[in-house]
Amino acid sequence: MNEYVLVFLGAAVVNNYVLTRFLGLCIFFGVSKSLSASASMGVAVVSVMTITSVIAWAVDAWILVPLGLEFMRTIVYVVLIACFVQLLEIVVKRAMPTLYGAWGIYLLLVATNCIMLGVPLLNAEARYGFAKSVVNALGSGAGFAFALVLMAGIREKMQYADVPRSLQGLGITFIVTGLLALAFQGFSGMIPL
Amino acid sequence: MTPIYIVAVVAAVGLVFGLLLSVASKYLAVETDPRVEEVADVLPKGQCGACGYAGCQGYAEAVVKNPDVPPNLCVPGKDAVAAAVAGLTGKAVARTEPRVASVRCAGTCDKAVHVYEYKGIQGCVSANMLHGGDKACKYGCLGFGTCVKSCPFGAMKLSPEGLPIVNAEKCTGCGKCQVVCPRGIIAMITPEAKVRVNCSSRDKGGDTRKFCSAGCVGCGACARNCPHGAIRIENNLAWVDASICVAACESPTCYAKCPTSAIKPVVFGVLPGTEDSEAPLPTRFDLKSVEQQERDEAASADRAARAAGRRGAGS
Repeated sequence: MNEYVLVFLGAAVVNNYVLTRFLGLCIFFGVSKSLSASASMGVAVVSVMTITSVIAWAVDAWILVPLGLEFMRTIVYVVLIACFVQLLEIVVKRAMPTLYGAWGIYLLLVATNCIMLGVPLLNAEARYGFAKSVVNALGSGAGFAFALVLMAGIREKMQYADVPRSLQGLGITFIVTGLLALAFQGFSGMIPL
Repeated sequence: MTPIYIVAVVAAVGLVFGLLLSVASKYLAVETDPRVEEVADVLPKGQCGACGYAGCQGYAEAVVKNPDVPPNLCVPGKDAVAAAVAGLTGKAVARTEPRVASVRCAGTCDKAVHVYEYKGIQGCVSANMLHGGDKACKYGCLGFGTCVKSCPFGAMKLSPEGLPIVNAEKCTGCGKCQVVCPRGIIAMITPEAKVRVNCSSRDKGGDTRKFCSAGCVGCGACARNCPHGAIRIENNLAWVDASICVAACESPTCYAKCPTSAIKPVVFGVLPGTEDSEAPLPTRFDLKSVEQQERDEAASADRAARAAGRRGAGS
């Protein structure tokens, strides 16, 4: 039980995928303009990442490792993620049209996010079993959502601040992200990578 | 472990997923009317919501699927888009009335009295919440530019004197600024309007004079001078009936007698109250230093002299 809690906390807070490992930044900067969009994007990422990790673990454990094809992991995972996200879009469009309207382009952006590829690859490298892969994926998704919502809250307040013209938009956002990452540095070393 | 073996395995995995996708796209497909995409292409995509729907995609779906939705609801698109949408959906074409935003206040920093120095969140809504804003006149424009930020078409600028200026060419009349203004002083007027009252103050005449030197005191001089009866005085404020004014008036005479110049002829793109000047005022970010202005004048005089010299030599 302890190990799973450590894996979850490690992925979510200590080695946060956005603020410590600097993955998934394009979504982070693009979506964090609005709190509601960030929340729905965070939910999308957590759900897609968990299911993708399960499928990736299955392919790795049942096809790649028995056949000795671990080196093909990256390519196979890319194909897998692309197909799965497209499949999810078709299913969501049919079953939950309002959710599809709310997510819009964000669902496809999730597919091109490097976190989606990073988590299954890191799972495989650390040789996590099925349970730990799921917990790791849940943790990383939760950590991503957490960082995204934090950033969105800050950015919404910054809209009323008097930012110098040359730093408006992405400039001040990068600076604030750096400060957030600096704060998260306080966790470094607590749970080794 | 031959290369063919590797390729075959990866290809097999890809094939399985591809089959899954094709099955899903066939059996789980959603019927969409292709006309929705065609209509969405034609719309200006400002996502302003003036049509009453949530964004341009919302209006495209409504106008295609619902036979009762008229094709001319897109205010920024004006007649061109209305005609295109009507053509695509097979509905009758109706005219759209063009509108331009007009800020009903001329109380710049030198004309309006301020009661305190505001140092809070730089937004009109926030400033308005603090004892009704930092101006003595509780009806006037606060000048923090919330309307300027809300314009999806970039048609408004904040002048250095503290009032927003509307660019009538870019303004599509979508009404977002009107919704956002906490004082409700932005009105949508027809571009053919001849005069407008640059004040929203319902205060009594004596109070208005104390609060702002450019305010309407409700004296009624303009109403008496209007031969067509287009102006009425209500709540100490002059209101111009645009339909009568545009239709009946050839050359307006109402504004000549105004003691505070609150009612003025309509000149778009300049600060309200400065309608007699020819050139539009520079905005805060375009302000040039005196040296830069002199350099610009010297450069343009230089160019003019060279052009004249060439013409002289040529002819």
